[in-house]
Amino acid sequence: MNPMAQDLITIWPEILLAGGICLVLMVDMFLRDSHRDVTYLITIVLLVGLAWALVGLPSGAMAPEGTATAFGGSFISDPLSRVLKLFAVAAVATVFLYSRPYLRARGLHLGEFYVLGLFGLLGILVLASSYSLLVSYLGLELLSLSLYAMVAFNRESPVAAEAAMKYFVLGAIASGTLLYGMSLVYGVTGSLNIGDLEAAIGRPEAGSMMLWVGLAFLVAGVAFKFGAVPFHMWVPDVYQGAPTAVTLYVGTAPKLGALALAIRILVEGLPAVGDLWQVMLAALAVLSLVLGNVAAIAQTNVRRMLAYSTIAHVGFILLGFVAGTPEGIQAALFYTLVYVIMAAGSFGFLVLLSSRGEEVEELDDLRGLWQRSPWFALMMVLLMVSMIGVPPLAGFYAKWWVLSALLEADHVGLALAALVASVIGAYYYLRVIRLMLFDDGGQATAAGVPLDVRVVLSVNALLLLLIGLLPDRLLELCARAAALI
Amino acid sequence: MVTLSHYLTLSALLFAISVAGIFLNRKNVIVLLMCVELLLLAVNFNFIAFSRYLDDPAGQVFVFFILTVAAAESAIGLAILVVLFRSRRSINVQELDVLKG
Repeated sequence: MNPMAQDLITIWPEILLAGGICLVLMVDMFLRDSHRDVTYLITIVLLVGLAWALVGLPSGAMAPEGTATAFGGSFISDPLSRVLKLFAVAAVATVFLYSRPYLRARGLHLGEFYVLGLFGLLGILVLASSYSLLVSYLGLELLSLSLYAMVAFNRESPVAAEAAMKYFVLGAIASGTLLYGMSLVYGVTGSLNIGDLEAAIGRPEAGSMMLWVGLAFLVAGVAFKFGAVPFHMWVPDVYQGAPTAVTLYVGTAPKLGALALAIRILVEGLPAVGDLWQVMLAALAVLSLVLGNVAAIAQTNVRRMLAYSTIAHVGFILLGFVAGTPEGIQAALFYTLVYVIMAAGSFGFLVLLSSRGEEVEELDDLRGLWQRSPWFALMMVLLMVSMIGVPPLAGFYAKWWVLSALLEADHVGLALAALVASVIGAYYYLRVIRLMLFDDGGQATAAGVPLDVRVVLSVNALLLLLIGLLPDRLLELCARAAALI
Repeated sequence: MVTLSHYLTLSALLFAISVAGIFLNRKNVIVLLMCVELLLLAVNFNFIAFSRYLDDPAGQVFVFFILTVAAAESAIGLAILVVLFRSRRSINVQELDVLKG
């Protein structure tokens, strides 16, 4: 087979998605507003096809364990990229499914939501497979630009416009910072290919000062995309200001993209200066854990509270990188996957409660949910308990593996700090549970929600219990994905 | 003789000016967008200088991509600005204070 054909087969899922997006865009143009469900159906079919293409790539070179590179080594398809891509596709499909009744109740059920969401997904796929600084940048921008537009998606809402503007300006600074770091790393190493960076840094003539400055800029850019303190300012505003369906999107799949960015650039590209970025990430992680958990206690808005909880979880994910060992990366990957499931569930729960038109904004709206919708109150309890990290649920294993990787790498102080921060964090999750089960007076209810949303949300929450009881499968998947890094 | 370090210093200055512009500006969102453009141009300067110094065309290719993405980025930024102005009748940075992040 000639090399070009081989390259095209390697990026076949991306080509399929890009072509599919054009199709969705075209079809949507000719539909009347009452037939918008057709767009939704095509989108879901496209995502299912994409998942199928990812699982069974039609090529001998792409055996399940295999690694293939394309386009002069700037694009890679390895177990890590396939795990991230599959999860991203599943997360986006779930987001679309949850969002449909919510959007329809507000007259926002437009094709743009699906098209922008799919373009963001394409950005995540490119990020997951990128093996060059240039490809990473392009994937990141594809994702970010889609997100900016999605946040401003509700044109009637002044709050959404404000959130979008803040997100845009801060995001553009972060991209600029990341790029500046990339340019310095390029200057030191003379290469954009992630595979070549390490060898180039080993050369004695490589200027170390410039590399350190470049690395600091890179870490700042990555931390922004994750939403780690002190680059977290956008997180609460965007989560609160955007329509809840968009918050659901922003809070789930893009985290996989940020993880891919961090693994590719820092772990695979710059292990030679690992000591340095591990120290930087350790500082960011501790700040995120402390500020995230403490600030979340003070919140009365549900989405703002979950935003600060996200910041705290990001702190945990970064701690996996700080350990610096393969077990640490594996734990960070496991944590991110579990977190995406938990975030999809908890934001999906808010979308579900807001499906009929009234927005669930304040924590007080959840009061007494147990009396009105006992099943979904129970599901939310499951999600919150998993976020705390209580044993039979997946959240416990996620925290456990990160902490054990930290202890193995002799970071006892960091592990202790993470433990204390998690205990503080338990307070605000328990408050949600108390409000739902033991108080009364709220308005929110799950009545009148379509069956598909109910079923998928229940599966989503119960999945955490399943992973918690049988963590081996997912853990093995993460170990396989992280083994080749 | 103009050396690589002159170019890098100029680029660092441009970068610093644009970041300062973003954080000091309290009046107008359009100035923010201009600062963002300047930020990307500072990076381009860096890439071109390195590309020339290393005699490697990859840096110049990167610059083309950055220019393209910057165009898309400012298009989205201006679109958000239009939405913001419609709902607020103002593009004053200080009035963007409903959300407390």
